[in-house]
Order: sequence, then structure tokens, then C-alpha cells
Amino acid sequence: MELWLVLGMPLLGTFVLALLGARRYAPEVNVGVSLATLLAASLLVVRVIRNGPLLVGHEQFFVDPFNVFLVALTAFVGFTTAIFSRPYMRIEEHHGRLNARRLRLYHSMYQLFMAAMFLALLTNNMGLMWVAMEAATLSTVLLVSLYRTKASLEAAWKYFILCGVGIAQALFGTILLYFAAERTLGRQGMTALLWTHLNAAKADLEPRVMALAFVFLLVGYGTKVGLAPLHNWLPDAHAEGPTPVSAVLSGLLLNVALYAVIRCKVLAVGSIGPLMPGRMLMAFGLLSAVLAAFFLWRQRDIKRLFGYSSIEHMGIITFAFGLGGPVANFAALLHMTVHSLTKSSIFFTAGHASQTAGTQQMDGIRGLVGISPTIGWGLMLGSLAILGMPPFGVFASEFLILTTAMREHPWATPFLLIALGVAFAGIFMKVQPMAFGESDAPRLPHSPALVPVFVHLAMVLTLGLYIPPALAEWYRAAARLIG
Amino acid sequence: MLKSHLDVQLLNLLAAGMLLISFAMLSTRRTQQLITLFAWQGAILFLSTSLVAHEAGLTELYFSAALTLILKVITLPLILHTLIKRLGAQWDNERLVNIPITMLVGLVLVIFAFGLAQPISLLATTITRHTIGIALAVILLSFLMMITRRKAVTQVIGFLAMENGLFLAATSATYGMPMVIELGIALDLLVAVFILGIFFFQIREQFDSLDLHHLESLKEE
Repeated sequence: MELWLVLGMPLLGTFVLALLGARRYAPEVNVGVSLATLLAASLLVVRVIRNGPLLVGHEQFFVDPFNVFLVALTAFVGFTTAIFSRPYMRIEEHHGRLNARRLRLYHSMYQLFMAAMFLALLTNNMGLMWVAMEAATLSTVLLVSLYRTKASLEAAWKYFILCGVGIAQALFGTILLYFAAERTLGRQGMTALLWTHLNAAKADLEPRVMALAFVFLLVGYGTKVGLAPLHNWLPDAHAEGPTPVSAVLSGLLLNVALYAVIRCKVLAVGSIGPLMPGRMLMAFGLLSAVLAAFFLWRQRDIKRLFGYSSIEHMGIITFAFGLGGPVANFAALLHMTVHSLTKSSIFFTAGHASQTAGTQQMDGIRGLVGISPTIGWGLMLGSLAILGMPPFGVFASEFLILTTAMREHPWATPFLLIALGVAFAGIFMKVQPMAFGESDAPRLPHSPALVPVFVHLAMVLTLGLYIPPALAEWYRAAARLIG
Repeated sequence: MLKSHLDVQLLNLLAAGMLLISFAMLSTRRTQQLITLFAWQGAILFLSTSLVAHEAGLTELYFSAALTLILKVITLPLILHTLIKRLGAQWDNERLVNIPITMLVGLVLVIFAFGLAQPISLLATTITRHTIGIALAVILLSFLMMITRRKAVTQVIGFLAMENGLFLAATSATYGMPMVIELGIALDLLVAVFILGIFFFQIREQFDSLDLHHLESLKEE
């Protein structure tokens, strides 16, 4: 029941906002729908804590320790982003960059995007997961081009074509997966693509087909994760779309795509052994982390800068999943959580910072602390958190990943350290002058909603010091599941 | 036995026809002709899917075949024709990079596809198992077309042709995916074309052309 609410609320919101999205109170409706989704997700979480994993709707939908925390995280960040977007989009309208019709499109598509992500997370059917991932791309294409500027159209086109081609590879991978499954599970009804069934029979799946299927699935969904060298769409889409969209793309969509990759990895490992999938994830992960860290230095646009930072962090998480084992998986899951919270809060502050300065170019953004202490300090603290300063949670997960890498694959440690060090210097040098110094920029016409920023950062800080037992138990159970 | 053998031959012939159309698309410059070729490819896909459905006695495959007919032979080409007419782009010619070289690259891709599909074909038990290589080749050729073309409409046709290849792959290897998923894929495809239609107008409004040369300013400096 709760599960249907989680899926149904954003879908209902899509239709309601398609009708009312142009009204003055549409942002409030958007917040309300997101809050209802969050409540439904909380009920689902409570139910799962009490009764354990769920399997409903003719086994088509399921909740297990791996996806339950992602559902909660997605609902939470979806809600806080809706709060943030309320004044943010009003300021954009005030500045004349948007009109009521485009706001209607924005609100409606925002909810559709949330619905697609929940479907991708909750479905037990690998084919339906593909359909949901494609729907998530489609619902955000028009959001990236919302401003209709030349640059935003170009970014949206690149996003559509690259992710479209990527997701086509994933479909071929899914076909191969079905082919392998059909040989063991038979064509009885619709069970051959159900993850739980595949997981039970994974040892009998034909290894040669599974190896090929995994390559296609990794490349396909990996494009959406933003893994190098398939990352080209990501910085553009993050820089040119409206900031709330950048925040949910970075904080949520990348996680959901990575979730799909890991679900496939579990099946591949069961069939062909841990060596090949693990190595591939590690290679893609390290390449992304190192490449993105060096690209960070050349950025002039604040949102592009943090787009590249997302690629770096996704690389680190992918690497950790490639390492495998309970500790590295635990760290990767923790890092997914804290990265999502921190990165979305950074985008919130970066969005208001560029609104204040009237430009996204970092050269033009100066003295934020002087104009608005909350924006300035929010950006500064968020950057320190994402750079892995203790006691923030990012430090804890990165430390765990590093020490595991040192123990199991010492050759990888220098690459990781280079990526972390280069990214640290690159981001810190650029953020510091933006936060401090002198500026005479005017105040914003609507007061920004920055409570979410500090709530997110407080949560990241808490996770660095103390992980609640229930959460730690999920992480451990999920880490065991992933293997 | 003889009849079944004949059917297999016919299926192989149809798949080869799809491959041939893929090559024709690679070298066609007129946007309108491309759409016609795409419709023909869909029609062959419809015929071969129906034949497989008949041969394997699977009713759900008849539905997939009908879906192909409605979506890929009728609806999508119609939408595309209307679109380019409204955009005034129906007489557009496209300058292509060296056609012979593109063809040669295409040939290499086909050989690669057959090599890659070999182990799967050996494992498959379907009557269409020999066409898996062709399906993969169609996917790769469409991909090549997307890379070498610079017009927005052409890239989209390449994207749709890739979907044709994927559909052929699903039919050849497994007699098609479960119905719910095929419906989902079809819906996604339809929505994609609608969104792209909106998109074409936005691009033309901003750039006065559908040439993607204009869309190359976002680069690392």
C-alpha cells in the first residue's frame, strides 16, 4: 500500500501540476506533493523496518535493504529541492528568464522525473527498470532546455543523444540478460526478468552471455552515471539547466543509474565470478575520478565545476563497488548518501550565488559572505564537506574506501590520492575567493530558502560522527546482498 | 520439415534486407528518402516478426508485430513527414563525409558484429538464431549513421533505426521480450519522438537551421 503511494503521489502530481502549474501557488503545490511523497516513503521505511523486505504486485515490485534507503533519500532530496526551487524559480521569473507556461512544464516534469526514478528503484523487473530509466531521461530533456538559450538547447540535445545511445546499449544488454535467463528459468509468464528470480538462479546463467550482457549494461547505464569516457553530457546538462534540475540530476539520477549498474553486477558476479565485473567497475571508476579531478581545474562556470565534481565522486563510488566485499560496499553506499546530500546543497547555494552575481562565471562571483552570510557560508561549508574534510561524512566513506583499496589493491591508491588531492586544490582555490572578498551586488528580490542546505549539511556531519543503528544495519545488509 | 527450412531461409532473407536498408540509409542524403527507408525497414521487421510468430506459434509475438506495424511503419514515419514539412525541410540535402569510407567502416562493423554474435547464435535455440549477428550489425550501422551525420532529423532517424535493430535482436534471440516491456519501450519511443519534435522547433527558432554545426559551442576551453 505504501509502495503504491510512493509511486502514485508523484504521478498524481504530474497531472495536477500539468493543470495548475502556471498558477501563482504552483510552487507550493509542488512542495506539497513532494512532502506527501516523502511521508509515503517514510511509511514504507517504517513498514520495512518492522516487517522486513517486501514483494508485491505479482512480484513485480520489491523493497529490500539496497533500494529502501535510496527510496528514502530520493524522496527526501526531492522534497528539499522542491522547497529550494520555490523562491529560486520565482527569482528566475522575476529576472525574466522564464514565463508561466515554462514554469508549468517545469513543475509537471519535475514530478514525472521523480515518479520515473521511484519506478526504476522499486521495480523488480529488469525490463521495466530500463523503461523507467529511459522515462527519467525523457522527462528531464525539456527541463535542461527550459531557458531556450542556444547553450541550453545544445546541452539538452547532447544529453538526449548521448543518453539515448547509452540506454540503447543497456536495452541490448537487457535482451541478452533475458536470453540467458530464458535458458534457465523458461518462458513461464513474466518471471524470467524478475531480479529476485534471476538472483536465485544466477549461478546457472550462461557465463559467456552474461559477460557480454554485463559489458553492454555497464556501458549503457554507465553513460547515465557519467562515467568517463561517456561523461560528456553531464557538465553541460548541469550547467545549462535550471539549478533545481542540476541538484536532482546530480544528487538523485546518478545514484539511480548506479543502482541499476550494481543490480546487474550482482547477477554478473553470480554467473561469471567477481573478477571481470569488479575489474571493469574499478577501471571505469578510477578513470572517471582522475579525469574529472584534472578537468575541474579548467572550469570557469560554477555549475560546471560541481558537475565535474559529481563525475569524480561517482567514479570513486563505482571504484568502491568494484572492490567489493562488505567494507567497500558499505563505504560506497554511505558515500552515495552523503554525496547526494552534499552535492544538492552545494547546487542550492551555487544557484543563488549566481543569481546574486548575475552570472555563472566564477570570476564574476565575489564576496558572497558579505552579501548574504547564509549563501556564502553554505557554499564554503558544502565545498569543505564534498572535499572530504573531517568530521563530515564524506571523509568517513572516503577513508574507508582508501584503506580498503590499500589493503586489497595497493596499485590503485596513488590514483585515488591524486584524484582526491587535485580535486581538493582545484575546488578550494575557486570557492575561497567567491565566498570572501568585497562585492556590491544587490540583494535578491525573494529571500532564498536555504534551510535545506543546512539541514543537508547537518545530516552529512551527523553521518560522519554517528550512523544510526537502523541505517547501519541496512547498509550492512545491502553490502552483503551486493557481495 | 521442408516448409520450416524454407521459412528459415525466408527469415534470413528478410533480415538481410534490413541490413541492406541500413547501408542504403548510410549513403542517402535526402531527408525524405531516409524516412521512407526507415518505414521500409519497419515493414520488413513487421513481416519477419509475423513469420516468426507463425512459425513458433506464439500469439504474443503477433501483438509485437502489430505494434511494429502501427508504430514504426505508420505512426513514426507520418509524424516525421509532418514534422519536416512543417519545418520546411523536406527538400534538404545533406553533405556527407566521404561515402566510400563510411561504407568500408560499415563493412568492418558488420564483420565485428557477426564475430560478437557468434557465441550467442550457437547457444540460441530459436529458428532465427542466425539473424542475431545481422541485428547487432543493424544496431552498429545506425550508430555509425548517428556519428557521421550532422542534421538533427537524420540523427533521430538513426536513433529510431537503432531501435529497429534492437527489436530484431530481441526477436531473433528470445522470440521477443515480455509484452509489458515491449509496450513500455514503444511508449518511450513515441514520447521521445514527440519531445524531439518540440525540440526541432526550439532549435530552429534559436539557430534558424537544423544543422548541428551550430551546436558545438559547449567545449572545454
